[in-house]
Amino acid sequence: MVDGRRANELRKIKCKPSVLSQADGSAYIEQGNTKCLAAVYGPRETRQKAQLIHNKANINVEISLAPFSMPQERKKRSKSDRRLLEIASAVKQTFEPIIMTSLFARSQIDIYLQILQFDGGTIQICINAATLALIDAGIPMQEYVCACSAGCHENHTLLDLNNAEEMADTPELTVALLPMSGKLTLLQMDSRLHVDKLEPVMNLAALGCKEIYQTLDETVREYVKDLFQKSSPY
Amino acid sequence: MSIHFLFPKPAFSAGNNDQKDQDGDVDMFVRAQRDNFESKVVTPGQVITADTQYMRGHGTYLNEEESSHISSVAGVVERVNKLITVRPLHTRYTGNIGDLVIGRITEVTNKRWKVDINSRQDAVLLLSAINLPGGVQRRKTEADELQMRKFFAEGDLLAAEFQGSFNDGSTSLHTRNLKYGKLRNGSLIVVPPALVQRCKTHFHTLSCGVDVTLGLNGYIWVSKHSSKNLDELDPEAIYSNDNEPVDRSTRETIARVCNCINALSRHFMCITDTIIAYAYEASLKYPVKDLLKLEAMEFVTTEVRHKLSVVRSIY
Repeated sequence: MVDGRRANELRKIKCKPSVLSQADGSAYIEQGNTKCLAAVYGPRETRQKAQLIHNKANINVEISLAPFSMPQERKKRSKSDRRLLEIASAVKQTFEPIIMTSLFARSQIDIYLQILQFDGGTIQICINAATLALIDAGIPMQEYVCACSAGCHENHTLLDLNNAEEMADTPELTVALLPMSGKLTLLQMDSRLHVDKLEPVMNLAALGCKEIYQTLDETVREYVKDLFQKSSPY
Repeated sequence: MSIHFLFPKPAFSAGNNDQKDQDGDVDMFVRAQRDNFESKVVTPGQVITADTQYMRGHGTYLNEEESSHISSVAGVVERVNKLITVRPLHTRYTGNIGDLVIGRITEVTNKRWKVDINSRQDAVLLLSAINLPGGVQRRKTEADELQMRKFFAEGDLLAAEFQGSFNDGSTSLHTRNLKYGKLRNGSLIVVPPALVQRCKTHFHTLSCGVDVTLGLNGYIWVSKHSSKNLDELDPEAIYSNDNEPVDRSTRETIARVCNCINALSRHFMCITDTIIAYAYEASLKYPVKDLLKLEAMEFVTTEVRHKLSVVRSIY
């Protein structure tokens, strides 16, 4: 691949939960050169009465791209940019069946995602960061949601595309998977791919998701162990 | 005829790792460890146990085939007899009846106030649940309904007790005790609710001369010591908005105690009155402002841990 990885190698992942003290839950995640910060507030009182659902919690996702995130121009993107709204809606739909919203009627869960450096793979890093932040906030979920992208170039299936590869007209498929049960919650593609190639690309992306799950799970476990040791009362 | 002595068989065919103490008793916890999930760290989606004899509590759910218990949060498994729960790290406050909480008024509506108590929804304080001035038992009148802002306006802080919860999950408070009511002469500090332990009383007076009110929802009020006896309180003045004059040394002490509590919460240590007292003594080495720096916080928390281990080793 362009950055010297093998075709089925993920970019290097670094993640850290609980980076913001004000938010109920937060996480910082880096996948290669893409960096994302997630903050979760909730469940808390709904801000607008119109969004109140009487038997579940309302999930609200907002994504913003920092003006310094793109390497070329310093451009301020507004929050209602069409592409960002689409990604936010995809993230919201991914998490709606997973978070146990029926436990918190009439309240609201806010997920704020901020992309600090952009190098491709926006949706996948947003979903991974949101998962980590929701776990940090103690919001009950069925399980982790891990997302990964894969593509196909000249009959080779490639895993975890960065920006240069995305821009080179490679068809890109983003998959969000529940690692334990193997169910898919999101399958998104914006380009054209031959139907025969769909299965190998999807399988490779699913493998990538499982690997990401291992990394995220290890981080969470270490963090939980550390905190429980610190907080054990006399 | 030959006589055989039949020795009694052991009570249950226990495994090899049963340790009998000097009375010949076997620790029943060994059985739980064999089941192997007590105090285990779990993450969402992980199977806790495949044994369906247990009841599931908060933080767990049954999978579709109803064959195993799965955790839904990241935390530590706690087992009480047959009930399994998973306790996560940072949750919002979930109330229990009788808890003392501190809240801030967010809204004044028809015959009730909405109070923010760091929980999943704002709590409700009904007009019929407060002490009306002019005598403890006084029926509320129409005039009271129209003048609710005279009692509590938006932004006021108050101490109240958790009364109960409604069907939709919202909770109700009451202040029908002279100890509760509007808070004055002090400073609020917010910590994670899991760090405040339930104890006999939540109103403490520290030896340095300040009052600390530990709200179980994570809101802590540190204030000037009020030496007034409860019976002497003027019933008209319980809703006054005026602070008493607070001198400089008391203000410094209040600020120092607030910074100590902040240091304890950053390092995720439990907050009780004895721990705050230890932290206060340890912090006297630094000027008040420096307590916000990382090294000072580390020093204070290591001193407190040291003192706690000394106390524990005595027992």
